[in-house]
Amino acid sequence: MIETDILIIGAGPTGLFAVFEAGLLQLKCHIIDALPQPGGQLAELYPKKPIFDIPGYPSVLAGELVDNLMEQIKQFQPGFTLAETAETIDKLEDGTFIVTTNKGTKHHAKAVAIAGGLGTFEPRKPALENISFYEEKGVEYFVKDPELFRDKRIVIAGGGDSALDWSIFLSNVASEVTLVHRRNEFRGALDSVEKVQELKKLGKINLITPAEVVAIHGKNHVESIVLENEGIQQVFETDYFIPLFGLTPKLGAIANWGLEIEKNAIKVNNALDYQTNIDGIYAIGDVNIYPGKLKLILCGFHEATLMCQSVYNRINPGKKYVLKYTTVSGVDGFDGTRKEAEKAVVKAIE
Amino acid sequence: MSQDVIIYITDRTGVKHEIQAPTDMNMNIMEVIRAYELAEEGTVGVCGGMAMCASCQCYVLNDVISLERNPDEEAMLWEAYHVKENSRLGCQIPITQEIDGLELEIAPEQ
Repeated sequence: MIETDILIIGAGPTGLFAVFEAGLLQLKCHIIDALPQPGGQLAELYPKKPIFDIPGYPSVLAGELVDNLMEQIKQFQPGFTLAETAETIDKLEDGTFIVTTNKGTKHHAKAVAIAGGLGTFEPRKPALENISFYEEKGVEYFVKDPELFRDKRIVIAGGGDSALDWSIFLSNVASEVTLVHRRNEFRGALDSVEKVQELKKLGKINLITPAEVVAIHGKNHVESIVLENEGIQQVFETDYFIPLFGLTPKLGAIANWGLEIEKNAIKVNNALDYQTNIDGIYAIGDVNIYPGKLKLILCGFHEATLMCQSVYNRINPGKKYVLKYTTVSGVDGFDGTRKEAEKAVVKAIE
Repeated sequence: MSQDVIIYITDRTGVKHEIQAPTDMNMNIMEVIRAYELAEEGTVGVCGGMAMCASCQCYVLNDVISLERNPDEEAMLWEAYHVKENSRLGCQIPITQEIDGLELEIAPEQ
């Protein structure tokens, strides 16, 4: 059982920043995310796109913002349960919660903050009749652990950044990488497209376009796929089939937690602390709704900050606390580090 | 001076709406659909307008605009569901004087 003060559901910018604000209040956080890496949609959908409305950053790439947030919260040693989705929640008699993921990982927390953004990113699955039978038996929608593909033959399908980037990365891991796309043109960062082109010439990536995977065969595991290219079908032997057709967000299991939902978002008390209708469960960032709500990263940061203050009061009833400024008090990490402003020197000027 | 245009949008339940949309706010069809709440919030413009989700797919019903898609839009529609020859992504159609009288139907959810 993982023990924490605040269990954050969603590792997007709002969830990550909540770790920092909680840390200032000596509260420990653990984050669950359905994706194998932190960053939410910034990392998954648009890591290379610039964001222009983060205060103090005239322009920052989404991926860079995530890296910076990870650097900022490192000192508060957050725990992560990645590539798992929060499935059920149980409120105990003492007001704490147990959240269990789809893989059975249990988390015990004094408060829960849902920072789920647009929802759980679920892979867009190709319309193949028996694909669900082969899930985790050779069909993978994410590359969680590249080592799984060590010295194996893999077929990646898709035409975007993740298909390109994983083809490049896995060309040094797998014994054979085949990239299949319905069109001749790929949609990705130019350097990724050029790199795939180069690896194709070197014989390290087998590129098949325009083509589509139309069937999967195998007894208990993927053994081959059927490719269709301009009406002609060919059987192609492989150990793994990795369709990377993008992700669609779904509110998922959270929708059944008894929370008040409006317009596909969770209703919160914005006048106070972004708490939901269930005491001790908060919703922050794009996942919540209240009058005047704006789905902006900077609003998520604000909401995360107020949520942490509320959780502090919930966990420490009656324990007085005054908001501190990091410029004055510095930051004491849970890892023993301390960051503080340099002391002013008192010296006479002659 | 700003001028509004009239567009006709059929929602996912088949109801046709006459919409007056401003041309001076740098808006697009996806944003108009959201602003006028013509589809349930959270089901249109999921990616924010980056041609990355196809949740704002529309069918163009008259010849006020070209059916020519930009490369991002074309790539996305290749991977989307319910795509027809007259499919466009609402987020890639800016609200300008040229689209006055445009008729659209919002495609089913992805």
